[in-house]
Amino acid sequence: MLELANVEVVYHDVILVLRGVSFKVPDGQIVALLGANGAGKTTVLRAISGLLDVHNGDITKGEITLDGDAIHKSSAASIVGRGVTQVLEGRRVFGEFTVEENLRVGAHTAKGDMSGQMDRVYELFPILAERRKSTAGYLSGGEQQMLAMGRAMMSNPRYLILDEPSLGLAPILVQKIRDLIVDINKQGTSILLVEQNATMALSIAQHGYIMETGKIVMDKPAAELMKDEDVQEFYLGLHAGGEERKSFRDVKHYKRRKRWLS
Amino acid sequence: MTTFLQATIAGLSLASIYALLALGFVIIYKAMQVVSFAHPAVMLFGAYMVSWFAVDLGMGFILSVVLGAVAAASLGWLSERVTIRPMIGKPLFAIAILTIGLDIVIRTPINNLIGLDIRTVGSPWGFNAWNINGVTVPYRSVAMIATALVITVLLFLFFRYTRVGLAMRATAIDQEVALAQGINVGRIFSLAWMMAGAMAAVAGMFAASDLAGLSQSTYIVGIKALPAIVVGGLDSINGAVIGALVIGLIEAYTATYQSSYAPWLGGNFSQVVPYVVLLAVLLIRPYGLFGSPEIERV
Ligand SMILES: Nc1ncnc2c1ncn2[C@@H]1O[C@H](COP(=O)(O)OP(=O)(O)O)[C@@H](O)[C@H]1O
Ligand SMILES: [Mg+2]
Repeated sequence: MLELANVEVVYHDVILVLRGVSFKVPDGQIVALLGANGAGKTTVLRAISGLLDVHNGDITKGEITLDGDAIHKSSAASIVGRGVTQVLEGRRVFGEFTVEENLRVGAHTAKGDMSGQMDRVYELFPILAERRKSTAGYLSGGEQQMLAMGRAMMSNPRYLILDEPSLGLAPILVQKIRDLIVDINKQGTSILLVEQNATMALSIAQHGYIMETGKIVMDKPAAELMKDEDVQEFYLGLHAGGEERKSFRDVKHYKRRKRWLS
Repeated sequence: MTTFLQATIAGLSLASIYALLALGFVIIYKAMQVVSFAHPAVMLFGAYMVSWFAVDLGMGFILSVVLGAVAAASLGWLSERVTIRPMIGKPLFAIAILTIGLDIVIRTPINNLIGLDIRTVGSPWGFNAWNINGVTVPYRSVAMIATALVITVLLFLFFRYTRVGLAMRATAIDQEVALAQGINVGRIFSLAWMMAGAMAAVAGMFAASDLAGLSQSTYIVGIKALPAIVVGGLDSINGAVIGALVIGLIEAYTATYQSSYAPWLGGNFSQVVPYVVLLAVLLIRPYGLFGSPEIERV
């Protein structure tokens, strides 16, 4: 189990971004972490993966544990080595490398022969097998997302962390990515899925957490979140229009107002 | 024609030295976006160590070169670890200045050790040469060109096919993504400085293996590799090699022909010509012939 307990993160020694975040990803599950832009989702993932250093951020309180062992002081490399791998927001494939070279980089921590793992990845993503010699920078957005996921899978992770994998993809590709996440999960990898597309995320997750300004403001089984009126209105309903969503706090305020007006 | 071939051999020999140095500059630059102005000093140190092992301790030449390369690699590793690593995240300009300080720290004691002597590096080829149809082909040139060629090819294979080589290239493209794949980026930095140091030692040894020997002014050779990386582009391995060829050949042709065709440029103009090329390239293509446009210059 991957668990965060009361994690606080500060950027540049002064900007407090996470204010005591706690949640867990039990083995074998898909857990969704939802929230508006700027809520702190990416920061949570950086904290888990040991990537805060790159952004001059620090964990100032709390702890992150993997099966009970603290990992929040470990290096990014050793966290990957322990089976926690992240696909960063925006795909970030190595554009000038071939598809195959990208995958080989993903296998950096894997000791020994990587061909078995590469076959597994090609089986999951047949399009990558077709394009193995292509330059990654020329792939379409959907293919690049698959490559980024395939690259992460090369380390054969126990926990796969995905930061907005559906971002900027056409609906049909969002479905494709969704199905792939389910497949990966079925093969035994637990998933932490950060999404703005709450409908997609909640449709496959067992449990969901909703974040707002650096805090978890709600957490429920995914099915219940789907049915929750406020979530429906402000994370599921309005989302289709792609409008700026109001914050969850505004929801309560707005509901209060609605009651008062009626 | 004989004169031209003669000049070409001289040019390729110079290019071998510049290429070994330029590759080091570029490998460090690609790893951490730092131009190490301490690189010529590391070269001088490496050459001095080869000389010390071969002449003072009387070890075999090949062994001395290997030990000199190891010593310079260690110095590169130490320099990065102690001075550059703690500065990561600071402005690139500040780091560049720091490498200038590092240059002085390394060069001062070496200069004291060298003193006013002209040392040799114990190279076995002396001034022997083949004579092919009237063209003099010095053993030294052959050794230099062959060594630079072998090292360059090995380097290409390393970057293309090995796990660590690929990790170095990945780190050069996107450090955060490299970290997210489990690459120990700190170790990549160390490796870059060690590789650059080892190659600089070989370059310095070659530079000091001609008539002029090893003296304090051998350092100038390291400075003259800078135009090669500016011509080639700071972030291009191929560019480093091509830049070295351009600078080496132009320097040699100038040395051969300028006194008869353009005597008004004065004596020893060939020593200045790398900088003339450098200025011309900076004016036309500031990011070098092969580099990427977005490089921040320091
Ligand atoms: N490197 C950084 N330095 C300072 N502030 C940052 C940095 N990265 C993110 N932030 C701030 O932290 C907050 C949360 O950002 P982020 O974790 O990216 O949210 P999300 O992924 O939910 O959109 C935002 O207000 C953002 O401006
Ligand atoms: Mg984000």
